[in-house]
Amino acid sequence: MKQVLEFEKPVLKLRDEIDELKRKQASKPSPAIAIEISKLEARLIELQKDINSNLNPWQRVQIARHTQRPFMLDYVKLICSEFVELHGDRHIGDDNAMPAGFAMWGDKRVLVVGHQKGRDTKENLLRNFGSAHPEGYRKAMRLMRLADKFQIPIVTLIDTPGAFPGIGAEERNIAEAIAYNLREMMLLKTPIIAVVIGEGGSGGALGIGIADRVLLMENAYYSVISPEGCAAILWKHREHAPEAASALKLSAQDLKQLGIIDGIVPEPLGGAHHDHLEAATNLKQAVLDALAELESLPHDQLLDQRYQKFRKFGEFTEG
Amino acid sequence: MGFFKKRSVDDLGEKKRDMPEGLWTKCPSCAESLYESALARNQRVCANCGHHFTQSAPERIAALCDEGSFEELDAKLDSVNALGFKGYLDKVKAYQEKTGLGEAVVTGRGNIEGQPVLLAVMDFRFLGASMGSVVGEKITRAIETATKERKPVIVFSASGGARMHEGILSLMQMAKTSGALARHSEAGLGYISVLTHPTTGGVTASYATLGDVILAEPKCMIGFAGPRVVKETTHADLPPGFQTAEFMMEHGLVDLIVQRKDMRSTLAKLIGYMSKTKVAA
Ligand SMILES: [Zn+2]
Repeated sequence: MKQVLEFEKPVLKLRDEIDELKRKQASKPSPAIAIEISKLEARLIELQKDINSNLNPWQRVQIARHTQRPFMLDYVKLICSEFVELHGDRHIGDDNAMPAGFAMWGDKRVLVVGHQKGRDTKENLLRNFGSAHPEGYRKAMRLMRLADKFQIPIVTLIDTPGAFPGIGAEERNIAEAIAYNLREMMLLKTPIIAVVIGEGGSGGALGIGIADRVLLMENAYYSVISPEGCAAILWKHREHAPEAASALKLSAQDLKQLGIIDGIVPEPLGGAHHDHLEAATNLKQAVLDALAELESLPHDQLLDQRYQKFRKFGEFTEG
Repeated sequence: MGFFKKRSVDDLGEKKRDMPEGLWTKCPSCAESLYESALARNQRVCANCGHHFTQSAPERIAALCDEGSFEELDAKLDSVNALGFKGYLDKVKAYQEKTGLGEAVVTGRGNIEGQPVLLAVMDFRFLGASMGSVVGEKITRAIETATKERKPVIVFSASGGARMHEGILSLMQMAKTSGALARHSEAGLGYISVLTHPTTGGVTASYATLGDVILAEPKCMIGFAGPRVVKETTHADLPPGFQTAEFMMEHGLVDLIVQRKDMRSTLAKLIGYMSKTKVAA
């Protein structure tokens, strides 16, 4: 079943009307219908533009979570001419919530790693709703080290509600798996580009988020806590998630203004779920542009810039 | 990042801390009534059962450092309301007044049995020792100073996690502190992380679990997600002792569980091995 967002209903209604007219036109063509179709199509674009320019943070969170949104492996399929997936952390097992492998990103060799969500129950069972276990973070680090060894740039595609808060995850020290990545990614001598393509959920996102360039897709979000979680604590009820989403400043525009992210990757009108190919084309180019800026940097400069990038985060007064 | 539920504060008899000296505090573990003054003399450990109550940062520093050796750094760092979160600074101010601290961590130079270290001690009484910009900055500076002065660094953690009111800025403190530890470690210097009750969320998923050696106080709670969240997510019964120091040692995270009375001497011993100049006594 297709997921329909409340604020997109007028768009879908108009689209249905246009489709209906097109069917009529196909069976019994008339100039009047043709004029009507082009009128409605113009109105559709206006309507989408209008909705798009007035999206509030909570609506963007809903777009970021849309089940028809392109997921990590959708992007890999659309962008990469080749993908050799590599599995396992060499200790406990493989984590299907965090696929990784070598890939050709345009004409560039890269290592791609990211969170993968599922669209239906069966897929979500396999992908654990994009919530990785410690094995996922440790696999990511193993393969990022491999990339470092062969001087292959790393692209991480972040899309997780958070690291998995389960018994096994805690027993196998998920916090340590994330912390270890934060420290070790600072030292990898190869360019790293991180893109939040959907949900940037807290430590689970940051665990593959240390990079030389951090980008956000236009409707993605990046936050220390989910709006629902924040609402439950501060407003004592999850119903206040929309207010929490605004207060947390988690949207691409807000994060750019705060200086947390380096760039915003534009999405097709209305969101990436309306046109996977256009979203992928934009993502492909944004990563290639970032790589071009970083490729020629000497290692010590690359690492120093990476350190300083994260070092400067924080707001306080002194004395 | 789960904010730690206030449950544990009540468990620790924290409410009674405001009472005048000489009054009783009931041990939540063995139910014995303890004199406040006796408890203070015993580093806030129950003399009857060994239960470790919450210890404030100043109390801890006094017990750890050679007398007069502690020199606080960056005491004037203060929080700002970068996100415009309603009521945030009022909250900070209230905790400053209540605890007498500027923020949820105290950092500085000190000596432990004659060995110079950089020390950071978190204080759970201050807004659940959540990590915002000031906590992250003070810890980062302490680590950077240790790198520059070629000293080991010791961090006592206790935290409900990242500080929600600072949103993404608090999340980024995880990256910042871990980055500073990467450089400290690359310089061949030692880092000891000490976990105290409770260490959770973003602090656990950054500097608290990056120690060359990770120590823990007995029975302290250590976890990424809070137990309530784990239970709600998995709909399963939690194993006995889940997320205690003992459980985490069994699962390979904690090197050693250390009683508070032995902390100073244990740290001194370990620092000796990490200084490359240890000689036989
Ligand atoms: Zn007792």
